[in-house]
This record gives sequence, structure tokens and C-alpha cells, in this order.
Amino acid sequence: MAAPTAEPVIQVAGLTKVYGSGEATVHALRGVDMTVLRGDYVAIMGSSGSGKSTLMNILGALDVPSAGRYLLDGVDVSRLADRQLAVARNRLIGFVFQAFNLIPRTSALANVELPLAYAGVKARQRRDRAMAALETVGLADRARHEPNQLSGGQQQRVAVARALVTEPALLLADEPTGNLDTRSTEDVLEVFDGLHRSGRTIVLITHETEVGDRAGRLIRLVDGRIVTDVRQQPAGRQTTGRHSRPLTGTEALT
Amino acid sequence: MSTVEVVRFALRGLVANKLRSALTMLGILIGVAAVILLVAVGNGTARTISERIEALGTNTLTVMSSGRDATLTVPVANALADPVLAPDVASVSPVASTSATITCQGTDHQVSQFVGTTPDWFAASNTPVGSGAAFTADDEAQARRVVVLGQTAAQELFGAADPIDQQVTVSGALFTVVGVLAAKSSTGFQDANDTAVAPLSAVREVLTGYGSLTSILVEAATPDVVDAAQSEVATVLDQRLKVAADAQSTPYRIQNASQLLETQTETADTFTTLLGAVAAISLLVGGIGITNIMLVTVTERTREIGIRKALGAPRRTILTQFLIEATLLSVLGGLLGVLAALVGSTFEIVGVKPVIVPSSIVLALGVSIAIGLFFGGLPAGRAARLRPIDALRYE
Repeated sequence: MAAPTAEPVIQVAGLTKVYGSGEATVHALRGVDMTVLRGDYVAIMGSSGSGKSTLMNILGALDVPSAGRYLLDGVDVSRLADRQLAVARNRLIGFVFQAFNLIPRTSALANVELPLAYAGVKARQRRDRAMAALETVGLADRARHEPNQLSGGQQQRVAVARALVTEPALLLADEPTGNLDTRSTEDVLEVFDGLHRSGRTIVLITHETEVGDRAGRLIRLVDGRIVTDVRQQPAGRQTTGRHSRPLTGTEALT
Repeated sequence: MSTVEVVRFALRGLVANKLRSALTMLGILIGVAAVILLVAVGNGTARTISERIEALGTNTLTVMSSGRDATLTVPVANALADPVLAPDVASVSPVASTSATITCQGTDHQVSQFVGTTPDWFAASNTPVGSGAAFTADDEAQARRVVVLGQTAAQELFGAADPIDQQVTVSGALFTVVGVLAAKSSTGFQDANDTAVAPLSAVREVLTGYGSLTSILVEAATPDVVDAAQSEVATVLDQRLKVAADAQSTPYRIQNASQLLETQTETADTFTTLLGAVAAISLLVGGIGITNIMLVTVTERTREIGIRKALGAPRRTILTQFLIEATLLSVLGGLLGVLAALVGSTFEIVGVKPVIVPSSIVLALGVSIAIGLFFGGLPAGRAARLRPIDALRYE
């Protein structure tokens, strides 16, 4: 499904991000080039401060790069006006945060409906699609619960449902399991595996090697640069379980 | 996204934060209600004062002697009723009054004002008869011993019984009660209802003797010509009492009810202004309260705005949602405040019946809503302009 000839979802070239100025200048990204193809399951790893979150925020159109080009689904994001950016975030990207970021005191269903509401989907259809998305993450029976009535793992799965409900071209997850225990991590990762099997493009950030191992492709960032980019198994192959392979580069893609 | 959807979002936002919404509205409610009620109490006080003065009659002049000489006599009074020299005078009522003890079947009551006068006095002094009838000009001419009692006097002497046609004794003479005055609101410390009114001739015969009058009540034709009537009366009196044109003082003085009213109204206006200033300060304080709560609310929700932006909410939608939330809070809170003020104004507050000033409602409501909108909308607009990542990181 994701042969090298597949169309690219993300094309990034010479991406840099600089925070601050003068002596306090921090180079979070120092020229990142990468391409993510449709159906790829990419894990980005790196120590803290390596720029992976910055990269993720730029990929999610939540932040803008200092320099470089970012084509999302063939569209140059840096040229989009505020309104078009909102549409891009809504239609093209599903973002899962480490801190879940559900709207407080609002039911799981309403949270999942939110992106559809901003997309202008009618109430009835919105409900059906949101329920379907909750079904996908196995939380259909918790639709009426508010975030504080759900466990961390459940909240994160609601967040995943919210990210995929608009059927975006790209699912981005910034350390989705960072705040979760082992069991909840497993729940959430199984959801990602399932989405990957059904052909979604997923990019996630993680600290944990076991999370990274499940992805089809592993990118390591050090000091704002990509140091390794390896395919651990053909992207799109069914993930059957845990893998612990040495992280030797076999198929560098840039 | 349709407007209806945005409104629904705003409502959901308010319901999701019930306590905060309720407290915000309470703040606005108290601010608005306090302003309206304060102004209403001030206005009510002013109204009460002017009503009491109007009860004295606004188009009357009271002529009193300033010396000890017996200057005011019945002929002098009659001379004032001169359509040629004093065309603006409608009626003249000579008054002889004294305090007297009225006795009725063993009950004693001392009235502070036992007034002897002519029938014109009732209309001129704005003292209508409540039940029964006033005495007539004929009664006065014949010096018939009839009396009209004030409410308090009637109450003291007869209790619940009907006093009309009963006999009372005043200074050894029998008087027949022909009427009872309508209740009158009191000015100052004296009870205006503790009075009795009888024909001048009878009172002079029984009580005061034929000396000088206590005062002469002059009624001007209309309230507008009171000042003209005053100068006419002065001219007639100067002539009659032979006051030199360059005299330093006159043996009489003229009290003008409309002047009194003017002074009192000015006082009442000052009072209203003072309360208005208090109200303005409370509006300011209330406004700062609203500002504070709105700023905190929106700042606290900057993160939520970040989430919404990350999910693809356009800036306009977010701004509209927060503006509608702020509008609903301020409008609902403001209207509830008006309601509270209206309910509160039906009660007496510190002995004053508040009278609502419509412009105070408009002002209080307008200012609160404007403040709510501005300080709800401004930070929301600022947050909606942030990059999603900055809004999300906002603490």
C-alpha cells in the first residue's frame, strides 16, 4: 500500500526553527528534510530538547517554521492565510496531544463532535460519525462521560477518536502515551496499530523504544537534525506484536 | 459553521461552567441592581419632600405679622381681596388659630391647632374634607358652632365611631362636628392631622377673642402668578398699614410656598446628585468586578481556545462564541439586576419608597453590558489571534 511511489502526505525541506534572539537564541530545528508517504507509520524519537516537539507542532500547523518549506498533501502550509490554516488543521490533520487536551466539562461525544462542528457537518451526521469514531477506539459506551470521569487511557482514546473523526490525511501524535501507564499505553497503541492497518498515515513522537518499535519507520532526531531514518518493516504490513530489532539503518529515506 | 451552532456552543460553554457563569451574573446583577436602587431611593426621597411641600399648597402666600402689634385684622384681610389692586389673588382666608382642648363624653384631647377661618381656606390650604362636609359661608356669617376635625383629633375623641353630628365641647361651648378632614402627610415634627377647623367668627367668639389674626392665607389664581400676587399683596399691605416706602422693615412678612418648594427641590436635587455619585462609584466598582471576572474567565480558557484552534476552529468562530457568552452573561445578569431592583423598589427602604428613574436602568444596564462585552471580547480576541501552540502553552 505504501510503496515508494505512493503520494507523499508530508514533504519537508530545510525546515528550521529558531526561538529567541541574541544570546538566548535556541536552534530547535537546524534543517530537517523528510517525506512521509500515505500509509506510513512513522515514529520520531529523540532526547528532550532534540526538537521533536517543535517539528511535530510545525507538522500540525500549530506553529510556523522560521525557514523552510512544508507541503502538506501538496499544499504549501506557509502560504496559507489564517482562515485556510484553520481549514487545513480541521480537514487534513488530526492531532493527539500528550496532555489529551479534551475540552473540560464536556462529554466525550461532544469533544469528538467538535472538529466536525467546525467543519460544518450537520448535527445528526456529526453524531453518527462521532459515535463511529468512538466505536473505533472502543469507547462507544463512554460517550456521555465527561473527561474527568474517564481514565487517562480512555481520555487519550477519546482524543484519538477526535483526531480521526474528520478522516484526516495525517494523524499526528505528540507523545500520546507519555502520560499513560503500561496498560493504557497498550490500549492506545492498539488503536494506532488498527488505524495503521486500515491505511492511515500516522506520525508519532515517543521516548519509549517499545512504542517506536511498533512503527514501520523510525526517525531519530538529535539537536534539531535527523540522524537516522530507518524502515523497520515494510510500511503498511500488519503489525502483529512487539518487535525489538536493533535500530540499524537499512532503508534510509530522505 | 452556522450562527445557531455558535450560539449552541456558547450556551454549552456557559452550562459547562455553571458556578463561574452564576457568579459572573451575580456580580453584574448586584452592580446593576445597586445602581438602580440607590438612584431610586434618592429619587423617592426627593419625591417625598416635594409631595409634602405640595401638600401645603404651592400657589399660596401666608401673611403673618412680624411684630407684636395687632397689625393683621379682618378689614386688612378683606382689603386684600381686591380684584383691582390685587387681580392675581384668587381667595383670601383670614386665620385665627390657637391650641385648645376638645372634650367629648369625658374624653379630653388637646389639639395643637384649632383653626378659625373662612370656607375658602379648605381649598387654598389644600386640606380637603374626607367625610361629612366643610362649613359654609353662611355658617361663618352666623357664627354657627360647627367644627371639622382632623384625622388624629377624630381618632382620639371618637375612636372607631362616626364623629359626624356628634357634639364636642371646646372651652365651655358646644360645637357640632360636621366633617372630618382627609388624612394629610405631615411636614416636620407636628402632626398635621392633629387639628380642628371651625368658622372664624365662632372661634373668635369662643376662643381667641376679637384681637389680631394669626395669619392670612392668600391663594394666587395659578401657581405661575404667585410672585405677582405676592407683590400685589405687599403693595396693598404697605398702603393699608401705612408703611413708608423707604422703611427698613415691614410689620408683616409673607411666606411664599413656591419659594419653599424651590428651596426644598434644590435640596432634593442635591440629594439625588449625591446618590447618583454613589451609584456611579458602585457602577465603577461593579464594572471593575465584571472586568476582573471576564478577564479571568477568558484567560483561564486560553488553553481551551488553543485546543479549539488546533481542531480547526476559525478565529471568527472562537471570537463569536466568546462574545456571545459574554453578551449572554452580561445581558442576563443585567436584566436579572433590573428585575431585582424592580422587586426591591416595591419595599420601603430606610423609610423611603424608592421611585425608579428609567434613565438609571438604561445607564446601569448599558454600562454593565458594554463592560462585559468589552472585557469578555478583548481577551478572547487576543487569545483567538495567538498561534494555537502559544495558546496551548499559556498558563
